[in-house]
Amino acid sequence: MSLPTGSIPFRENAAQAIRNEALRAAMRNATGVFAVKRADAVSAVPLEEWRDKASETRLQVLDHLADYVDRFAKSAVRAGATVHRAKDAETAREIVACLLKDHGIQKAVKSKSMISEEIHLNDYLEKQGVTVVETDLGEYIIQIAREHPSHIIVPAIHKDRRQVGKLFAEKLGCAYTEDPAALTKIARAKLRQEFLSAEAGISGANFAVADSGSLVIFTNEGNGRMCTTLPRLHIAVTSIEKIIPSVADLPKFIRLLPRSATGQVVTTYLSMITGTRKAGEATGAKDLHIVLLDNGRSSIVAGEYREMLKCIRCGACLNACPVYQTVGGHAYGSTYPGPMGIILTVLLEGMERAHTLLDATTLCGACADVCPVKVPLPRLLRRLREQRTEMGLTPTMERQGMAGFGMAAKSPTLFGAGQQAARLLWPLARKIGVKGTLARMPIPAEQPFRRRIS
Amino acid sequence: MRVQLFVTCLIDTFFPETGEATLRLLRYFGVDAVLPTEQTCCGKPADSGGYRYESRKAAEHFLSVFGRSTDPIVVPSGSCASMVKNHYPELFRDDARLHAQATAVAGRVYELSQFLVNVLKADRAGLKGRGKITYHASCQLTRELGVKEEPLALLRSLDAAEFVPLPSADRCCGFGGTFMAKMPEISMALADEKLDTILSTGADTVTGCDHGCLMNISDAIRRRGAAVQAKHIAVVLAEGLA
Repeated sequence: MSLPTGSIPFRENAAQAIRNEALRAAMRNATGVFAVKRADAVSAVPLEEWRDKASETRLQVLDHLADYVDRFAKSAVRAGATVHRAKDAETAREIVACLLKDHGIQKAVKSKSMISEEIHLNDYLEKQGVTVVETDLGEYIIQIAREHPSHIIVPAIHKDRRQVGKLFAEKLGCAYTEDPAALTKIARAKLRQEFLSAEAGISGANFAVADSGSLVIFTNEGNGRMCTTLPRLHIAVTSIEKIIPSVADLPKFIRLLPRSATGQVVTTYLSMITGTRKAGEATGAKDLHIVLLDNGRSSIVAGEYREMLKCIRCGACLNACPVYQTVGGHAYGSTYPGPMGIILTVLLEGMERAHTLLDATTLCGACADVCPVKVPLPRLLRRLREQRTEMGLTPTMERQGMAGFGMAAKSPTLFGAGQQAARLLWPLARKIGVKGTLARMPIPAEQPFRRRIS
Repeated sequence: MRVQLFVTCLIDTFFPETGEATLRLLRYFGVDAVLPTEQTCCGKPADSGGYRYESRKAAEHFLSVFGRSTDPIVVPSGSCASMVKNHYPELFRDDARLHAQATAVAGRVYELSQFLVNVLKADRAGLKGRGKITYHASCQLTRELGVKEEPLALLRSLDAAEFVPLPSADRCCGFGGTFMAKMPEISMALADEKLDTILSTGADTVTGCDHGCLMNISDAIRRRGAAVQAKHIAVVLAEGLA
């Protein structure tokens, strides 16, 4: 599958999103609720200590990532799983498609997985004639609306219940209701049939445990457990940096991830899947395949943006970001939106395509305040902006302006002349305007402060 | 006590009255504030814009001007103070000499409210104010410099003025330096939301420690024709001086 060419039109997308009142209201509402709940959930715990410990564990894995991948693979095989390594999205998609084909499977149920979004798995499988049914309620909504998630943990965050009611009435043929409980029941009844008839379950993993080969999945709806235990075949697609060293490290993340994500103290369901169904066990897949996706991560971990790979995909930085709150996730035109999304998208999809996203931040730092594993998001964003400049991807006028600024900043005379010129040219400049910005600023003072004083 | 005043290019160019208010305040507390006239800009716009070469030029100039004396450096802007204090050492990470110089200078930098409260104890000086005042907590001031309580202490201490806290005071106003020019739609949307919260307090004045934010908020006020003024904290405090 080829990605659209050219750079992402973030500003245009954002300007459009800003005019969408329903979207603005839904985003304000949801991100506001999450922010308040998160603040509540972390108010009485030793948060800094937890964050430091979690960050340390993540760094420990990144420091020896190749070793941990080997260790995880060995443990998983020992537990009865088959492990596949996929160097890129295409390889991962093909592995999943082949597995389904080999097993003669036409329909799979799927629990929420951002890695499957990253590799555009559903589109690919559908083209191969496989029906994939998303079973996370938010993902289900998005799937029947034929959209993409706009949040990494709350995929349908941009929709309000009236929109969901209309969508269900139109696509599922049920009577219109906007009662969330009733809508959930409708989806549940539909999905129950799917769970019982599916021959394969596809999942992601929140963590992969190196010493036991276990996959750890956090869900709130129990759909992850259904997907991974009911069908005879379970295919898990996850990326290599999700590994943690041992089961003993898991509590650090069990307490941080739900708190950071939705403000829950614990997640409703926590599944640990270690290998296939053993003799005497009543549930579990008889065949487990784990696809470990690299997709550029091995080179990211070797470079200066490695700390981005500490990310545990909680979405706290999205909820805290004023830009994300205002424009929603689709404006980013990428799998991952928000602060973490900007950085990951540049790293995964390349600067040429994603450099426009680097303007989707005021560098306010609200994201870094809430990140449970202390990814230095603003620093990485600034560094990527430097790289964009070094690559010559900024507009010519901006580059010339900055070059002029650089010269003036080291010469008080030139700087003073610049101030004078600004004062004189302001009225004219305002008319032709830099996107109207000058009209939003006052006119330079007749005399700069330094002149007034000296 | 003698200090060096880095007035910032924004105040120098657009808001000289804030520079004057800063001087008056410092003098009121018996501080001899020297204004090195060769000062220009700290380089923040280039730094956050991703222009490392240009921000280094500005930073080198700043170090050469303010490195001549070992007097404290007072800056009436959280983002400019943080630029010098937190970003300069990072900017010169690959140059041992300049890194050492940057670290030394960084150690002498105070944001204005920080200096007024922590050094001059101005929050115990019985300064006067007027009207109903609320306060916007700028991002770099709050998150990078960690200056949260000082401006509040000053505003709460004002005689004859009422301080009303701003809901979500530390939420970004949408200024973001070059962000204001590059993403005007989002910038204005955020400023509008900031103004909503300001108006919800019933204050007649919103103050803050950064003219960048106040400029963006002023624009939202102007566009809406709202009956509230955005004033730098130096101006608010200096208004009450005899």
